Amino acid sequence: MTRKGKRLALIGGALAVLAAAVGLVLFALRDNIVFFFSPAELAQKHVSPGTRLRIGGLVKEGTVARGEDRNVAFTVTDKTADLRVIYKGLLPDLFREGQGVVVDGTLAADGAFRADSVLAKHDERYMPREVADALKKQGVWQGAAGEAKK
Amino acid sequence: MIVETGHFALVLALALALAQAILPFVGARLRDVSLMRVARPVAVAQFLLVAFAYGALTYAHVVSDFSLVNVIENSHSLKPMIYKVSGVWGNHEGSMLLWVLVLVACGAAIALLSRSMPDLLRADTLAVQGLMGAAFLAFILLTSNPFARVADPPWQGRDLNPILQDPGLAIHPPLLYLGYVGFSIVFSFAAAALIGGRIDAAWARFVRPWALAAWIFLTLGIAMGSYWAYYTLGWGGFWFWDPVENASLMPWLAGTALLHCAAVMEKREALKVWTIFLSILAFSLSLLGTFLVRSGVLTSVHAFASDPERGVFILAILIFFIGGALALFAFRASALPTGGLFAPISREGALVVNNLLLTTACATVVIGTLYPLALEALTGDKISVGAPFFNTVLIPIALPLILLMPIGQMLAWKRGDLKAALQRLRAAFAAGVVALAAFGALYGAPVLSIVSAGLAVYLVIGAFTDIAQRATLGNALARLRGLPLSAWGTAVAHAGMGLTLLGLAATGWGVEQIVAMKPGVAYEVGPYQIAIEDIASRAGPNYAETYAVMALRKGAETIAHIEPAKRFYQARRMARTEAGIVTLGFGQVYAALGEQHEDGTLDARLYYKPLVLLIWLGAVVMALGGGLSLADRRLRIGVASRARAAVQAQAAE
Repeated sequence: MTRKGKRLALIGGALAVLAAAVGLVLFALRDNIVFFFSPAELAQKHVSPGTRLRIGGLVKEGTVARGEDRNVAFTVTDKTADLRVIYKGLLPDLFREGQGVVVDGTLAADGAFRADSVLAKHDERYMPREVADALKKQGVWQGAAGEAKK
Repeated sequence: MIVETGHFALVLALALALAQAILPFVGARLRDVSLMRVARPVAVAQFLLVAFAYGALTYAHVVSDFSLVNVIENSHSLKPMIYKVSGVWGNHEGSMLLWVLVLVACGAAIALLSRSMPDLLRADTLAVQGLMGAAFLAFILLTSNPFARVADPPWQGRDLNPILQDPGLAIHPPLLYLGYVGFSIVFSFAAAALIGGRIDAAWARFVRPWALAAWIFLTLGIAMGSYWAYYTLGWGGFWFWDPVENASLMPWLAGTALLHCAAVMEKREALKVWTIFLSILAFSLSLLGTFLVRSGVLTSVHAFASDPERGVFILAILIFFIGGALALFAFRASALPTGGLFAPISREGALVVNNLLLTTACATVVIGTLYPLALEALTGDKISVGAPFFNTVLIPIALPLILLMPIGQMLAWKRGDLKAALQRLRAAFAAGVVALAAFGALYGAPVLSIVSAGLAVYLVIGAFTDIAQRATLGNALARLRGLPLSAWGTAVAHAGMGLTLLGLAATGWGVEQIVAMKPGVAYEVGPYQIAIEDIASRAGPNYAETYAVMALRKGAETIAHIEPAKRFYQARRMARTEAGIVTLGFGQVYAALGEQHEDGTLDARLYYKPLVLLIWLGAVVMALGGGLSLADRRLRIGVASRARAAVQAQAAE
């Protein structure tokens, strides 16, 4: 192979790998992205049942109902809209009524949300940022310990 | 008093960092040797000052000096001593100080271990290192001062986040930072080469040991972080594709690519411009990671608190250094002497393919990590890009890379013989196929696990095939002794990758179940049974815990007892799960407690994880391989210049 030919082969090979990677990334981004909504946003969006979603908000006081066999139901609220969440499994250590929570799962046809994972925040003082933002958007943000009202 | 002295030392260190950034650089332009040589003592003094400041902060934590905001917010007088010392970096200010400490330690290391390096290269390298030190010291002093006092000290602190109160905190951050920030040396070398306009094989020989050392620490740091997350978060996962984890994976991928292409540059004087680019890229990604973790754009256990001012400051540093380096690269790279081309079928050809795949993998991780941030900034839509994305994209890149690893090792420099290489790997291929069939017969599914396990066995055997075949050629001992340590290093590191892959493959064969356990009743978990024997409570130094005594049985025989617990930390009013883990060979049985019910049952997650330890042991073996290469006499720090001096001496004769 000539010098030029070798260089062309190298560049061609690199471009082929890059093209394949770009294809993969686009394919994966189309199918594997999960949108994050607050209950109020969800109510506006008309999401078709079965779509994977993440929902963030507060666990509404007095709504946690524990059933048989680790079935749990609770309501996630952003103080504007509520969403009933059904979950089977262990709740995280920091899951508590009135506290911020993020749930992963799908919207069922009956309007309830089937969660397959429930995330609570890492620290009592900080709320998941998504939840804080969602609450701010709804105008019910009361401000965290260190944050002055703006 | 000590605290104020520490603060003062930081200010002095900033002044010295500025001196280190300016004087040697000016000296290098004026060809003034005495000015260039200022860099060395200044770099060492700067390190001593930052080390003193760090010591002062540690002292304040150890004696629980609650007049410091940092100590109030992150410490508690009852906290065990190990967490008082390691808790210094368990918060934003302290972790930035550790970051800078490692940065200036790197500068001091270059200053002390580069006696025989050309003055010009050393002066420019230390100048760049000094500039980075100045930027980050200014960041600490202006936005994240760990020495801030309060007028009215409380009598007790708020304690450290319980998730961080773990021996992992003492190991993971320092290792990770040594790796992360260790790449700053390589970055400075690359910038110096671009400024000086000189780059040759000797440059690669200076750079490679530093890149290798940083890579070893980064590998260990990532593995340690992964194992810590695995045993402490209580759901048995070891990698979550969290942006914070990706922040460490990106420089690792770039650094791995760098190690391999620096070898080409050293041996064949080729790929010079590319090596420079990767040197810049590796540390740029470390900086990007620092920005992601420390600016507050992400919510994570790693991001301690968010403050927009800090984010903007780090972003400015990031843009200045990455932009500056890339601009320098754009202007100067074309002026660098280009290396020779080479045959596609050769060791260097294989290393090019390695670099192509590794940088592609790195780019996809960057996209997956930054895309949600960019989308949110542009449209306000919040999305999460998680495991499904990364698995879809990275598995098709990683599997071919692994298939090619042993083949690349078998190809000779300059001109390789692909057919001969494949023939010599027959045994490895056969072993891989046998393993594939065996795992397939044993488990049946999932296909990806079985294919990966087969590849892993092929990779481990393939990694040592070259060495084994040399040994069987007769006069084995002499041949093996004649083999450079770096050949052993390559084989061991590749085999480590194989072990990690086997551990990853085996995750497909684990058992995971959530059960409401009745005391005394045995529950199946894989080939074992677990039963609760007792549930009790006890008090720790700064927490109270409820624990279950569980017996792990196989048939009638009791193998071990574990005590998974739920801890409650009074100071922060936070609970934390403490998993109970039994190690059986390379596998583990893992139990984490959930809630206790009125009827006496206790929710628990029970996992059986075959070969899971290989994931992290493989990383340790990889690091060991790196260590072997580092110990190679030809690669030792400073050898390059001695060799060059010898050549010059010969030329002079």
